[in-house]
Amino acid sequence: MYEGAVQDLIDELGHLPGVGPKSAQRIAFHLLVADEDEVKRLVDALVQVKSRVRFCAVCGNVAEAETCRICSDDRRDASLICVVEEPKDVVAVERTREFRGRYHVLGGAISPMEGVGPDDLSIAQLFTRLADGSVTEVIIATDPNLEGEATATYLARALGTMGVRVSRLASGLPVGGDLEYADEITLGRAFEGRRLIHA
Amino acid sequence: MYLRHLSIGDFRSYARAELALTPGVTTLVGRNGEGKTNLAEAMGYLATLGSHRVSQDAPLVRFGAERAIVRGLVDRGGRETLVELEIVPGRANRARLNRSPATRPREVLGTLRTVLFAPEDLSLVKGDPAERRRFLDDLLVARQPRWAAVRSDYDKIVRQRNALLKSAAPTLGPRRRRRSSRPATGPESEEVAAALRTLDVWNDQLAAAGAQLLYARLRLLRDLRPLLARAYDAVSDSSADARATYRASLHEEVADAIADGQVPTAEELRDALLATLAEQRAAEIERGVSLAGPHRDDLVLTLGELPAKGYASHGESWSFALALRLGAFWLLRHDLGDDPVLVLDDVFAELDAGRRRRLAGLIADCEQVVITAAVPEDVPAELAGTRFTVAKGHVEPAEAPAPGLGSERRPDHEPQRDPRSEPEPDAPPEPESPPEPADGVGTPEAGP
Repeated sequence: MYEGAVQDLIDELGHLPGVGPKSAQRIAFHLLVADEDEVKRLVDALVQVKSRVRFCAVCGNVAEAETCRICSDDRRDASLICVVEEPKDVVAVERTREFRGRYHVLGGAISPMEGVGPDDLSIAQLFTRLADGSVTEVIIATDPNLEGEATATYLARALGTMGVRVSRLASGLPVGGDLEYADEITLGRAFEGRRLIHA
Repeated sequence: MYLRHLSIGDFRSYARAELALTPGVTTLVGRNGEGKTNLAEAMGYLATLGSHRVSQDAPLVRFGAERAIVRGLVDRGGRETLVELEIVPGRANRARLNRSPATRPREVLGTLRTVLFAPEDLSLVKGDPAERRRFLDDLLVARQPRWAAVRSDYDKIVRQRNALLKSAAPTLGPRRRRRSSRPATGPESEEVAAALRTLDVWNDQLAAAGAQLLYARLRLLRDLRPLLARAYDAVSDSSADARATYRASLHEEVADAIADGQVPTAEELRDALLATLAEQRAAEIERGVSLAGPHRDDLVLTLGELPAKGYASHGESWSFALALRLGAFWLLRHDLGDDPVLVLDDVFAELDAGRRRRLAGLIADCEQVVITAAVPEDVPAELAGTRFTVAKGHVEPAEAPAPGLGSERRPDHEPQRDPRSEPEPDAPPEPESPPEPADGVGTPEAGP
């Protein structure tokens, strides 16, 4: 245990995701001996992010205005919505430059153990977006784990009645990998989702 | 296959121990509490990533140490594989295969296969259904390692679903319904509908994974049944008709068919699970636990007309437990065309002379058998094999002229050698120090 301010800093850093007690201690001592300017810049960035950044009123992505950059971009295809769990997933899909539609960020996945139910996700907002009939396809891109699958199933069932195409991202083999290194579950999924290349 | 070398560090009572093994029989002799079972446990852990004695890893690590290391050199038809496990309580194990790190410890499953019989196995007969489910699932994984993933997915689904049932109780439970005598409209009925929709989703997940697991267990049992009966009769020198009947937590029709030994298709099982979940809904909500699925099933063991649990004598219970393990051994031998390593921990002391002799005859042809015993005379003479003495956390070849020299050097005269084994390199796989302690600062504490 350290004294007062230092320990307070370590405790606060320790609350961050992925930072354990030892890493927290290391960061705290780095800050302690760092340039005053460097620390000021960090403090500024923290304050800015809390005051300027908010969540897009339409899709729930991070935004610096009422709506995010993607939702206010007219060139994006408004008939396609890609549903993801977190804003960082938007970045991941954007990196592909394949998808030209818009997004919907749920804010997590259904996980009863963590007390997250459908009501805690922005599913009602998604329905509102679909109400005017301009969206023709919803692509569900939740994580391929238990919670992501449960969320996808839930959405598929709920959207089934809305007359909109619902698709799910394929899961299978990583590109550039070796078949022999794929685990059995991935390989099993790849078989299930196999594609006809010559009928 | 056989285990050519076992090396452990900070495991249970051992600071370090090296054990060079040969095909055929090896007997570890030592008084109670000297650490024989710890060696058997380490072998089991290499094969299953779990202990047969405790469900948590903490007791496996020597008191005061941070991590335990278990290392085994497995020889399968002349091909050697080195499996290394690092056990750190409260964290995921780390595993290496032939010195390269495995992405998941699960990948090492199947490299070494053991069938371990220990006094704890009496609970297979006398204990809770959970013991018998574990027996089936462990055997399933030993047979086809991919079931480890299905099993852990299924467990997680049940935990998620139970959490949902508990949290939904105030919305769906009887108390709430009584209070809201208003017509079923408004936000409250909307809330109920939403909770039910979520439950449906988890029903789908449970039924899909549960049907796979159930289907696999039933096929396993179909193959195991004849071997079990044969093993029981051979061990007890009787024709007692030892049977294992699967009791599924499904509605009667399907459960009866399964008890009759039929194996429905995975789709039929999934539908039956969904139907049963629908029937049980009210009860599940009231109790806050999932009431149908493979996690509620049992394997009923019977001798003739009577259930073994409660009716079988002590000797019969032992024979039954032993028959389950022997049956498992024969099943794996048949499946893989290769013998698993048979580990008999403190077993002979519990058996009468006749059973000892018959067991000795049954296992004489196994590729490798490791036996622990407190009293060497308990082990039938034909199983003497290579003998080691275990005392105060040290293992010595029993013939060593000067005990206390440490076990790193092999004695000059070799204990009886199996002709199949090639001349061994004198040095065991270098007993290097435990892998670099993760510099706790650099690595994020919560792994991906």
